[in-house]
Amino acid sequence: MGEILEFIFAPILIFESWRFGMEVVISGLLAGVMYSLVALGFVLIYKASGMFNFAQGVLVLFAALNLAGFIGLGVPIPLAIILTIGIMILFAIVVEYLILRHLVNQEQIILFMATIGLAFFLSAFGETIWGSEVKKLDVGIPQGRFEPFGIQIQYLELTAGAVAAALVICLAIFFNKTKIGRALRAVADDHQAALSVGINLRTIWIIVWAVSGIVALVAGTMWGAKSGVQFSLSEIALKALPVLILGGFESIPGAIIGGLIIGLGEKLAEVGWGPYVGGAIEDWFAYILAMVFLVFRPQGLFGEKIIERV
Amino acid sequence: MFYREAGQFYTTYAKDQGIFQLKQDKYGLWGLLFFAFLVVPIGLYLLVQGGVMAGTTKDYLYNSILLLLLVNCMAAMGLNILTGYCGQISLGTAAFMGVGAFTAYKFSTGMNYRVQKEDNAGELVSTLVPILPQIDNPIALILLAGAVTAIVGVLFGLPSLRIKGFYLAVATLAAQFFLVWCFSRVEWLYDYTSSSTIQIPLLKVLSFIETGTITFGMPDGSTKAVSVSGFLVAGSETLKVPDGAKTIVSASGFILTDFSKALSSPDASRAVTGETFRIYPVPETKYIFSLAIVVVFAFIMKNLVRGRIGRAWMAIRDMDIAAQLIGIRPLATKLLAFAVSSFFCGVAGAMLLIFYLGALEGAEAFNINESFSILFMVIIGGLGSITGSFLGAAFITLTPIILINVQPAISDVFQDKALVEHIQFMVFGALIILFLIMEPLGLSRLWQIAKEKLRQWPFPY
Amino acid sequence: MRLKGLTLGLAAAVAATGITAPAVQAEETQFFPFFTYRTGPYAPNGIPSANGMVDYMNYVNLKWAGVGGVKLVWEECETGYNTKKGVECYERTKGKGTTVVFPYSTGITYKLIPNAARDKISILTVGYGRTDASDGRVFPWTFTTPTTYWSQASAFIKYIGAQEGGMDKLKGKKIALIYHNSAYGKEPIRTLNLLERKFGYKLTTLAVNHPGQEQKATWLQIRRDRPDWILLWGWGVMNQVSIKEATNIGFKMDRMIGVWWSGAEQDVVPTGDAAKGYKAGTFHAAGRDFPLFKDIKKVVYDAGKGLPGGEKFIGQVLWNRGVVNSIFATEAMATAQKQYGVKRVNGDQMRWGLENLHITAERWAELGLKGFMQPIKNTCADHEGNGPVLIQQWDGKKWNIVSDFITPMREVVRPLIEKSAAAYAKKQGITPRTCS
Repeated sequence: MGEILEFIFAPILIFESWRFGMEVVISGLLAGVMYSLVALGFVLIYKASGMFNFAQGVLVLFAALNLAGFIGLGVPIPLAIILTIGIMILFAIVVEYLILRHLVNQEQIILFMATIGLAFFLSAFGETIWGSEVKKLDVGIPQGRFEPFGIQIQYLELTAGAVAAALVICLAIFFNKTKIGRALRAVADDHQAALSVGINLRTIWIIVWAVSGIVALVAGTMWGAKSGVQFSLSEIALKALPVLILGGFESIPGAIIGGLIIGLGEKLAEVGWGPYVGGAIEDWFAYILAMVFLVFRPQGLFGEKIIERV
Repeated sequence: MFYREAGQFYTTYAKDQGIFQLKQDKYGLWGLLFFAFLVVPIGLYLLVQGGVMAGTTKDYLYNSILLLLLVNCMAAMGLNILTGYCGQISLGTAAFMGVGAFTAYKFSTGMNYRVQKEDNAGELVSTLVPILPQIDNPIALILLAGAVTAIVGVLFGLPSLRIKGFYLAVATLAAQFFLVWCFSRVEWLYDYTSSSTIQIPLLKVLSFIETGTITFGMPDGSTKAVSVSGFLVAGSETLKVPDGAKTIVSASGFILTDFSKALSSPDASRAVTGETFRIYPVPETKYIFSLAIVVVFAFIMKNLVRGRIGRAWMAIRDMDIAAQLIGIRPLATKLLAFAVSSFFCGVAGAMLLIFYLGALEGAEAFNINESFSILFMVIIGGLGSITGSFLGAAFITLTPIILINVQPAISDVFQDKALVEHIQFMVFGALIILFLIMEPLGLSRLWQIAKEKLRQWPFPY
Repeated sequence: MRLKGLTLGLAAAVAATGITAPAVQAEETQFFPFFTYRTGPYAPNGIPSANGMVDYMNYVNLKWAGVGGVKLVWEECETGYNTKKGVECYERTKGKGTTVVFPYSTGITYKLIPNAARDKISILTVGYGRTDASDGRVFPWTFTTPTTYWSQASAFIKYIGAQEGGMDKLKGKKIALIYHNSAYGKEPIRTLNLLERKFGYKLTTLAVNHPGQEQKATWLQIRRDRPDWILLWGWGVMNQVSIKEATNIGFKMDRMIGVWWSGAEQDVVPTGDAAKGYKAGTFHAAGRDFPLFKDIKKVVYDAGKGLPGGEKFIGQVLWNRGVVNSIFATEAMATAQKQYGVKRVNGDQMRWGLENLHITAERWAELGLKGFMQPIKNTCADHEGNGPVLIQQWDGKKWNIVSDFITPMREVVRPLIEKSAAAYAKKQGITPRTCS
């Protein structure tokens, strides 16, 4: 009986050593922010076009590849960043021109499928240009750690947290205070109504894809600093999906809060329960956790209420 | 001109409800089945015997194209029930296939569990204890795999009552990740091997090896021989040549066992009294079995979806609240869709293990990318269409293989292998987008359009 | 509409040209298929390995006009580390005269083993694959030359013991194994558990899921448990992240030992200087300062006949290992040629060649690789070839060998292999052949 209780409360028992417990909590939250960075890109595109952009992970890879590639060629970092942003904007225009405008009014699942095709194309395209080797990506993010009260914190993750906060503030200002932002929200609410008041849907799509490309660049820079830039970067999309459903597909704050909950939850579970069952449970735990939330709120924590009419 | 319904009418209700309203469709299907069951295996066999085609090319066609294609068709049908007919998007298909494969494996090896104890020297000694007799009939294994997977599918389908659309799609990833984790973590599933891989043991149908006197057609006049008959489906078997026998013959024709090879291989020709050699299944056996399974299940599916159950699924898909109002119970209907779909997927998984791979690592063979690729098949082929499942599976399975085979031509231009490979991916991605733009309703819709055109051809006006 | 017609026509044309005629086998050539992966998540590791294999074969052709006067021909087939694509590669190249395959993936190896005897195609897995397949009595067609994961694990424990000042000092020491959650990563666990009972250290195993981009939880547990040694059994991006995280938490890098697939230049790239001191196993020397490698550069690359962009890989760990792979194949082929007095060897003969592969120290020197590897000798029962293990260390710029050749604990590993192979034989109804 004692053993069963010990197992059930394992994630709480790690606080026996409060330092370690705090370390798990902080690492979990910061890891969650890293997921949020990826999830934000999904949210932006879904909000504006109802498109579940499966290529977002590849977009992260593509942006990071460009950045690392330019730096590798000896381009100074600020210029490399500007060049990469330019490429992401160009990419948005091309995607709109070649794909999106031909798929207006299609069902969501068709749009989803199209982004998968895009993911295939883009990952191969990026690697064709820049090669498949691991590339070091160093844009001056501070490395190392500090230990207040014996709790270890990585500078990289702290930076990621700060960047994510800054990004969310920027996006909030962009959405709420600028004319384009208002147009974006109008499109998100109702395509037809937005069109009827003279908003150009195509421009909006280009802007949204460009912005989510830039968000992908930020995510790629953070993740790339950790592992180097390589194909596997595109697979972090899978870590962002539970964040996405937990927070709601249309909500920017949802992506952040969802990230924090998922990050914290999966780390506590892995450290607490992992050793009892053989470890590596965090992947599925994140999804199960998100699913439990969904059972109570089927549209995610901050998602728009699904209204069904007959 | 040839594809016309004029003059075809029915006088009874039953006939009016037949699957094929047109004679052309009916005969077309019979023709197709005839081609797949008889023309393909016999034709290929004759081509090889006639020296037109290399034996290895035949193996290539079966082992890496046709068998995979059939497995994928089965899985695509399974997912199409759930996604195409009942409107529930699932990204856990590969994991359900995995459940099927591991079920088949466990039943084929007798559901072993491990007993560990220390011996006198303090060493851990572990022994596997079977619970059930080993099942060596592939059909029984496949049905068991389907049944167990259906149960698992229902469990993971429960949240579908509350969760909808893409939220459900992502939630099914929970099933995907959890089950795959089990495949590499629950030691019992893979019989406690150190690497978590499984290999299907010998499976066969009907009686297999007989030793006896055969009095006809002996090359050297010997009278005692090993007669190899029956269907060897998976694994391989060691044969021991009995006393006095000098020759190994098969009395069962070419599709039954690898008998031609046994005769021609040095091992077999050296086989003298008391010696052993191994005998393997031929690809034709696997092909015929897989094909038969796919055809039977396609028939079942066709009849399910056009009956009351299928109409309930489609009502739920199109508008579940409205469906509820007309008296369809959403929970039961959705769960039934999950159960049937998972049954199909489980069968596909068992087929993958038994016919196609033989040995696999669960976490690798049923990873998330497989789930995605089956979803591609369903969408590209056409949601809610059985023909679409086949066309989609063919498109996704065959396109990369076709691209690989045109590759030598490109390779001469570009020396860089990685580049050639990347070009392939780009072409594949571009093709998907192109098809979606051209025909968002999938290949089955193209097929339908073609049929409509054919009705009027060659006088469209 | 026109677009539709055009694309459909194009698709049909593609389909039509897709059916290629079976390749004609020219006289006096020996065909080798290379299953490589230059794309996908493991491409950074796959590229140098593939280049090494190709470069050496290319070199043999250019320098010696093939093996025993037989030109080597090969075909690369992209597997993307995916079993299904591997099956396709195997079946497609089978008809071209394949005698031996190098699957370069655990999944493909397991899939191919059951059919090797029927197809008369040997499977050579240099430093990976199925460990218990080194029992040649049960697996006559599978070769794990020069050494296996289980041997390596035991060699690591031996090395750690030596570093601690004796095997008796291992008692009570904490060793953590961080492994890729796959068949490959799980291979050493059983051996390490067995040795744990024997030497009394405490083993913690921590699994990391593919791809391993995120390992926070693993390293938090390392922070808590504070192991004395870490063994890393990773692959792909997992390696880079593990090494990075280890430096991040300030773990002493010279107490972290990677498997030989976690110790290449690519793995330490993102960490750079901070990874200084990190160790990894290997079974051959590091670097490009061997006469053979200089000659490869001269004969192949300086003559402009190398792979595009391939020159920079010469001397890299995984490139060297690719060369070792090709050397085993060509040496086995030469052995078979001598035995049977033929030029082109068939499947049975190649198998014999691999089984009787014997590369002496003199032969290594002759190849221009003096001190690169220890002598290798396969026998009928033992397909592992007795290869010892080396420890190499990263100094921030390159890998250096820092240990002598460590002989694995054969007395522990071999019975394990035999037991496991016997269990396999029983299950699959194989009668082990007798070797005497």
